Amino acid sequence: MNIVVMTDNPTEKQDSTSPVVEVNSLEQSTQHRLQVALPEFTEQATDVGGETVGNVRAENPFMVAENVNVYYGDNHAIRDVSLEIGKKQVVALIGPSGCGKSTFLRCLNRMNDSIDTARVTGMITLDGEDINRKAQDPVALRARVGMVFQKPNPFPKSIYDNVAYGPRIHGLAVDRAELDSIVHTSLERAGLLKEVKDRLEDPGTSLSGGQQQRLCIARTIAVNPEVILMDEPCSALDPIATARIEDLMDELCEDYAIVIVTHSMQQAARVSRRVAYFHLGHLVEVDDTDRVFTNPRHKLTEDYITGRIG
Amino acid sequence: MQSTTLILLLALLATAAFFFGRGRSLSLVGGPGHGPALHSLPGYYGYFVAIWCVLPALLLMSGWMLLESRVVTALVIAGLPESYQLMPEGQLNLLINNIQNLASGDVVSVAVDESMQAAATELNGYLTKSRQLLAAFALGLACLGGALAWRRIDRDFRARNRVEAVVRWLLIGASSIAVLTTIGIVLSVLFEAIRFFQKVPATEFLFGTTWSPQTAIRADQVGSSGSFGAIPLFAGTMLITSIAMVIAVPIGLMTAIYLAEYSTTRVRGIAKPLLEVLAGIPTVVYGFFAALTVAPWLRSTGDSVGIAVSSESALAAGLVMGIMIIPLVSSLSDDAINAVPSAMRDGALGLGSTRSETMTKVILPAALPGIVGGILLAVSRAIGETMIVVMAAGLAANLTANPFEAVTTVTVQIVTLLVGDQEFDSAKTLAAFALGLMLFVVTLCLNVLGISVVRKYREQYD
Repeated sequence: MNIVVMTDNPTEKQDSTSPVVEVNSLEQSTQHRLQVALPEFTEQATDVGGETVGNVRAENPFMVAENVNVYYGDNHAIRDVSLEIGKKQVVALIGPSGCGKSTFLRCLNRMNDSIDTARVTGMITLDGEDINRKAQDPVALRARVGMVFQKPNPFPKSIYDNVAYGPRIHGLAVDRAELDSIVHTSLERAGLLKEVKDRLEDPGTSLSGGQQQRLCIARTIAVNPEVILMDEPCSALDPIATARIEDLMDELCEDYAIVIVTHSMQQAARVSRRVAYFHLGHLVEVDDTDRVFTNPRHKLTEDYITGRIG
Repeated sequence: MQSTTLILLLALLATAAFFFGRGRSLSLVGGPGHGPALHSLPGYYGYFVAIWCVLPALLLMSGWMLLESRVVTALVIAGLPESYQLMPEGQLNLLINNIQNLASGDVVSVAVDESMQAAATELNGYLTKSRQLLAAFALGLACLGGALAWRRIDRDFRARNRVEAVVRWLLIGASSIAVLTTIGIVLSVLFEAIRFFQKVPATEFLFGTTWSPQTAIRADQVGSSGSFGAIPLFAGTMLITSIAMVIAVPIGLMTAIYLAEYSTTRVRGIAKPLLEVLAGIPTVVYGFFAALTVAPWLRSTGDSVGIAVSSESALAAGLVMGIMIIPLVSSLSDDAINAVPSAMRDGALGLGSTRSETMTKVILPAALPGIVGGILLAVSRAIGETMIVVMAAGLAANLTANPFEAVTTVTVQIVTLLVGDQEFDSAKTLAAFALGLMLFVVTLCLNVLGISVVRKYREQYD
């Protein structure tokens, strides 16, 4: 575990960041409105190492990454990425394989901690608090920033125990009745309750792939996180199961900030409010989804979404 | 001709056959450039001819070797004078044995007479002739087989399929050797055990509580009636095995958990090979360690706290056996833990579990079938372990649950029964086979149980 936070004085910096961000985001959003109003044609950027084009600021920032770099040993996997994630907002990370989307996602709940050679620099804050500071317990952070993985990974336990796992380890329920109600609510919100309510004691692995993925989502929201990270949650699912999960994300974003990594441009267009395009570890372009897909400002983004690369 | 020379010649023939076959296949289509016109790659035609050259000849050789001595012996007997031929079978066998020794120049146990000398010369003559015939037939067959196979080659001939079929039978043959050997071992133990049970009733053996296998050598000997109750032996085995497992399971399991989940790559890189060194120590060395270091230390420690510990105690043997088994338990559990998909680990960590919660609530339950299977294998190993208990546990067949006393185990008794000077059909010696059979049945049951546990729970986690 080699997390190095490159700040001289974390507390000082942390205190100073939040107000600055607010000012910035105000400025940016005005600017943004102006840009939308203009039917402009700005010259497209073409270089890969340059500044991120578009708008990295969110209206109501909840998770903020500033100049994040990730190294796996000597491999510089993420280069100087800054991105804000707003409350009640779905942000999609897209880009060709190996571009660092998943690596960036895993920084947001410090899952990279478990990789010995990984080193993260820069500042990531959750609700104004640095998540890499010494006093931050990664376990507590992950309870606030939940994660759904590419492959459905239910535990080898019953459906009930899968959902009850998080509340149990975090002591969220005082008695069995409360635990029951958490499990039922979570399954209901994940749209799975109807299908499984008569067989809660069956093993979680007995469900179909799409049901398993919804079980994993139920398991994540049972802990009542503030942000949900989804790492290609539909890549192992058929179109029907995918549609159900996308509907579910629409509902969930009323309460949670959601960051989703996806390889499907259609999915990004359907579910997200903002899109961030990664290329070779750089964050190339971030903007509102409609804008990126209709009028990309960077050559690489355009090439990717029109199918010329990736 | 020597059989090694013959085999060498056959190998040369096979090599030649390979190139002939390959060459013919290529010349049929007009050179190396036209390989695709053949059904199989040219090499397969070569192998096909080589196989037909060598295989029949080898089969002939092995059949010939099996029958040779019988035929030659029969011929020698037929050539002996009438008086010898009418001897009882046992004496005749002895005579033949002596003639064979005489022929090969070994020591002979009786005075050599003329007819024996003649028979020996005759025997040598037959043997030489037999070898010459064999060489001629084998080489002839090799050439014939090769030639026939060579003639069969044409561009549509499916040489690859033929070669693959031969390879398949070769592999079946290799694996059946292991299975047949197992069956042979079981049968040989079984028949000797049946002979034992004809002398001693099975109920006495299975339920008797006294073990004292001294049978009389002379008819008038006193005080050695023999008593074959195996319960004290199995009780001793179980006592030592349980002590060993109490040591090995927790330590081995915790080692595995540390190495698989907590240690850094560097620590793992150093600790794993060290554990493997522990697994590589010969059991006889563990035996010294138990008998010369651990047992005296236990006795003196016991004395100082007022517990009487005998100098050969179940505890000493069990402790050392436990240490011996730690690497087995830890490496099998390590494999089981590493086999749990890392998605499971990520899922638990992503929900905010600590490392130990991830371990106890998610990974261990998922790895449990593998771990249980590993532990059962370790139990089988402990039950069958011989050297440590021979040196450290003692020979006294006490029926006791006190680990400070000397006990004896099934394997120790098998060793002592078979190294004695009793004749081979006495109940004392045959008891070893009955014990061996019981031991085999117990470990077999444990292995079947282990495999079924692993099977039953495995599909759930895939």
